[in-house]
Amino acid sequence: MTTKDSSKDKTKKHAHDWLNKHGDYLYRFALARLRDQHQAEDMVQETFMAAIKSDNFTAKSSPRTWLTGILKHKIIDLMRKGNREINASDLMSDQDTNMDEFFDKEGHWAEEIKDWNMPESALEQQQFFKVLQNCLDKIPSKLATLFMMRDLQEADNKEICKELDISSTNAWVMLHRARMGIRKCLEINWIGH
Amino acid sequence: MMSCKQASQLASQGLDTKLSIRDRFALNFHLFLCKYCSRFSQQLRSLSVAFSKMGQSIEDDNNITLPTETKNRIAKSLDSEI
Repeated sequence: MTTKDSSKDKTKKHAHDWLNKHGDYLYRFALARLRDQHQAEDMVQETFMAAIKSDNFTAKSSPRTWLTGILKHKIIDLMRKGNREINASDLMSDQDTNMDEFFDKEGHWAEEIKDWNMPESALEQQQFFKVLQNCLDKIPSKLATLFMMRDLQEADNKEICKELDISSTNAWVMLHRARMGIRKCLEINWIGH
Repeated sequence: MMSCKQASQLASQGLDTKLSIRDRFALNFHLFLCKYCSRFSQQLRSLSVAFSKMGQSIEDDNNITLPTETKNRIAKSLDSEI
């Protein structure tokens, strides 16, 4: 066996090691944000493929943090590729931005805004998450991912907003509309349960 | 005074962008006087917390693992690339 082959074998072993040690975590990281198993699997694969192409990747001192950073940018790229859904006004129907169902003609709330009791016990919490997942499923998946990215990584909030250009007018109107929808959905399916 | 429709928009916008001092003042004044909007604004914050907790619960759930088939597929791709 040549020296080159044996160094290749070492690299392979290293890569497999990382896959076994960090693959599950990276998958959960992606799943928590994308909420789609296939997309999450693809993102993990792309992350590892990008990682081994990096120079000297075997020398990284905290591989999990490094890999997670790659994964995060892969997810942002994925969202950016489809970010017409977020930015383009031509894809936004009146229904997406219309708030009329929530307010009367004078701009007052059409319905009482009730005080919410947020879940307290662990069991309640689990049930609440199920309802919240279902409510998230009703809005465009990219907006749902955006909410998850933002709120799971507050420190990077600005960066993510910038990358996805969500300070543009259309984008925040859509985010507002999505929040109104989720709020309403929760009020019907959870708060009144 | 601004309407609830405007106030709710500003409350939401404030989560995504920095509001001007004038907007912030007008919003806070409205929230101070309006029970519904003040609840709404609180609910938006609760929603953020809920998203974060829900995501964290997935991240922390050791029962969720990369499917073995996928793991094997990735291992194969890595091997052919190295």
